[in-house]
Amino acid sequence: MSEPKNASKILILFAHPAQNHAKANMAMMAQAKALENVTFVDLYAEYPRFKINVDAEQQRLLEHDIIIFQFPIYWYSTPAILKEWQDLVFEYGFAFGQDGNKLAGKKFFCAVTAAGDELRYSDSGGNEHGLRDFLLPIEQSIKLCQMDLLPPFVLYGSLAAQQGNEIAEHAMLYGQMLTAMRDNQFDYSDMSSREFINQSALPIKQQVAS
Amino acid sequence: MIGLLLQAFIYLCAAVIAVPIAKRFGLGSVLGYLIAGIVIGPMTGLVGRETQDIQHFAEFGVVMMLFVVGLELDPKTLWKMRSKLLGLGSFQVFGTAAAVMAIAMVFGLVWSVALAIGLVFSLSSTAIVLQTLNEKGLMKGDGGQNSFSVLLFQDIAVIAMLALVPLLALPELQAAMSHGGDDGHGTYSLTEGMAGWQVTLVTIAAVAAVVVGGHYLSRPLFRFIAATKMREVFTAAALMLVIGIAILMTLVGLSPALGTFLAGVVLANSEFRHELESDIEPFKGLLLGLFFITVGAGINFALLFDEFALILGLTLGLMLLKSLVLLVIAFVFKMRLTDKWLFSLGLAQAGEFGFVLLAFSVQNAVIPADLSQMLLLVVALSMLLTPALFILFDKIVLPIANKNQTREDDEITEQGTIIIAGHGRFGQIVNRVLLSSGYKTVVIDQHADLIEGMRKFGVQVFYGDASRPDLLHAAGLHDAKLLVVAIDDAEQAVELIKHVRMECPNLHIVARAVDRNEVYRLYYAGANDIVRELFDSSVRASRYALEALGMHPHEIEKNMTKFVDHDRTATRAIAAVWKEDVDNFENEELMSLAKSISTQLDDIMKDDGSKLVSKHHRGWTPPNVAAVQAAEQPELKPEAKPTK
Repeated sequence: MSEPKNASKILILFAHPAQNHAKANMAMMAQAKALENVTFVDLYAEYPRFKINVDAEQQRLLEHDIIIFQFPIYWYSTPAILKEWQDLVFEYGFAFGQDGNKLAGKKFFCAVTAAGDELRYSDSGGNEHGLRDFLLPIEQSIKLCQMDLLPPFVLYGSLAAQQGNEIAEHAMLYGQMLTAMRDNQFDYSDMSSREFINQSALPIKQQVAS
Repeated sequence: MIGLLLQAFIYLCAAVIAVPIAKRFGLGSVLGYLIAGIVIGPMTGLVGRETQDIQHFAEFGVVMMLFVVGLELDPKTLWKMRSKLLGLGSFQVFGTAAAVMAIAMVFGLVWSVALAIGLVFSLSSTAIVLQTLNEKGLMKGDGGQNSFSVLLFQDIAVIAMLALVPLLALPELQAAMSHGGDDGHGTYSLTEGMAGWQVTLVTIAAVAAVVVGGHYLSRPLFRFIAATKMREVFTAAALMLVIGIAILMTLVGLSPALGTFLAGVVLANSEFRHELESDIEPFKGLLLGLFFITVGAGINFALLFDEFALILGLTLGLMLLKSLVLLVIAFVFKMRLTDKWLFSLGLAQAGEFGFVLLAFSVQNAVIPADLSQMLLLVVALSMLLTPALFILFDKIVLPIANKNQTREDDEITEQGTIIIAGHGRFGQIVNRVLLSSGYKTVVIDQHADLIEGMRKFGVQVFYGDASRPDLLHAAGLHDAKLLVVAIDDAEQAVELIKHVRMECPNLHIVARAVDRNEVYRLYYAGANDIVRELFDSSVRASRYALEALGMHPHEIEKNMTKFVDHDRTATRAIAAVWKEDVDNFENEELMSLAKSISTQLDDIMKDDGSKLVSKHHRGWTPPNVAAVQAAEQPELKPEAKPTK
């Protein structure tokens, strides 16, 4: 397998407090962990008592080009540790404020799973808002940190998806996307027009046969 | 006296030289002992005819071995083996005996003599096979378990054979024997002169005594002895038990090996199991070694050289025949490839019970003495060749099996155990947590009264001094996933961990330390996780103290986190420069590190929120504090929390 020399480094910060029930996220994790140049961090495993090592986390951010929060939607938000992580790691002078430009230019997006289906996450649906409305605090924080915000990568109806092979397909798509991003074969040009990354076919450039 | 010592010295010396050499060349200890025997016996003549007497004594090693095997097999496991035991065992014994008998009759022997030979040759060597399987760690796999089933069935079958042999007596030999009279083998027997039903009754009573006594009487006895805390008395009691059972079984005409095996099974669920095992183990090993030496020493080289071709031919023929029978059984019972060959090659020899049965046959005028001399050589030679078959298995069968197969699934023979050494206040909690999380633990403690109390709560604890490595081995150290060292004595804990670390470099060790200094020593000894027994509780006490003084609980939490982090980092740093043989106050590196660490702490803890943010004062710090001297950029700030 030949990889481009300057592969992009991807950091996935994964937060799931009940992993024995996390079918979709586990399948996605398996895909991500198999890839080189992808660092997969299970935050609940690394900090079971929420004692986040700020230095280590900041160092890790500096070492990667693409940052992903992977989590299931909990009460229209992230599981608690991911909020704790943001509160501590996005420090003044590091991520924002005076000289706080260490993350500038890095790409960022959320890879979320939601129990509700797409219809439910709409103005007229039961949740009264689209999914991105609920991601607003994260997305604004990312902008404040001068990072390059991409739309989220979403699995709607994640519980219903456990019946068929939708989860496997979603996880496979995740792996393909990560691979393309890592190998700089991902076309980011129409990202701003998408509500979520996997809204339509992934814009993966044709690999030049090598 | 000096003669006896000299002999002991010769035997030990031969073993000490030959066994390590044999092991070094990958030949196994059994072959080492056999070679040692040949060297001091027929080759150099250092020992002579007394080897026969020593052999009778050394056969006791087999009895002890079965006791230890029984200890490792609780009744439930034995019951699960019953179909294997009867199926495999009866096929092997009857199949081999019939085949040998048929061939012997073709060679023109009378049917009764042929049958006796068949019976002698159908037996395999429990001593060699179990010893070798254990040594190679093959005992718990299917091949090992099947082999063991057959050996156990043979041990039971011997009893029936000993009853059968006298009926095969040849009239002409009997006549000759009666001239010679009794050759002095006076045997003690309870059952002599009893009617058949009485014999049966006495036999059943003896077995019942072993089972019931083992179950109900042994515990109070061992507990009483354990309370004295005299190790040698416990050893004496263990030996007494084994010897006592052996005598009882012999008196009622049962095999002592079978009796002690039964006792072992009965005691397998006892809390004294590991202690008994480690007490008997060295005696068993030495006696078995001695037994193998006498087999080597007893080979009649004169006869062997005279009839070399015939005897070698007979031996090889016998081993081939036995393997074929075993191979057929292995096919019928659908064993896997490697198990099949281990089973067939491993049990292809004749065994020590063959000696016994041969001697018995001669006494009972079943087999003529000159023929028995030759058969004796065949038995011994086949035992001598057995290690070669195991080498064949290792060097040829295994590589081929590994190559041909797309890797069979690893056989999980036993759930990796967790050993907890010490079941006091510390070990108890660890044990409760592990058990309630669904893990299996083996707990060892030497407070007999405490163990008794824990039993009432349904917690199984084994009696023994957990600082003794041999006891840990008996508890399954080599298969263990995790060792928790929770014993009180600091010296013992350090020694224990040093030893275990050397034996099992990859085993995870969680250790309890009394104080900081012991942390350094345990770290040096090789423990993975070291826990100061009072550290966490003291930290909690400090939290309560600060709470009582009115500090905000989360501020306390942050402070204590800093404190614990700092303390643990510092301890780890000092542990890295600590030296075992240098006094702490003489260790300059350590002293300067310790000094600088102690001055850091005040700075870390006394954060009133007004200082410039330092490495230690971060987390939820509002930008107006974080950037006291930095230019303010209010429009970029997220909503700030109120400053304390």
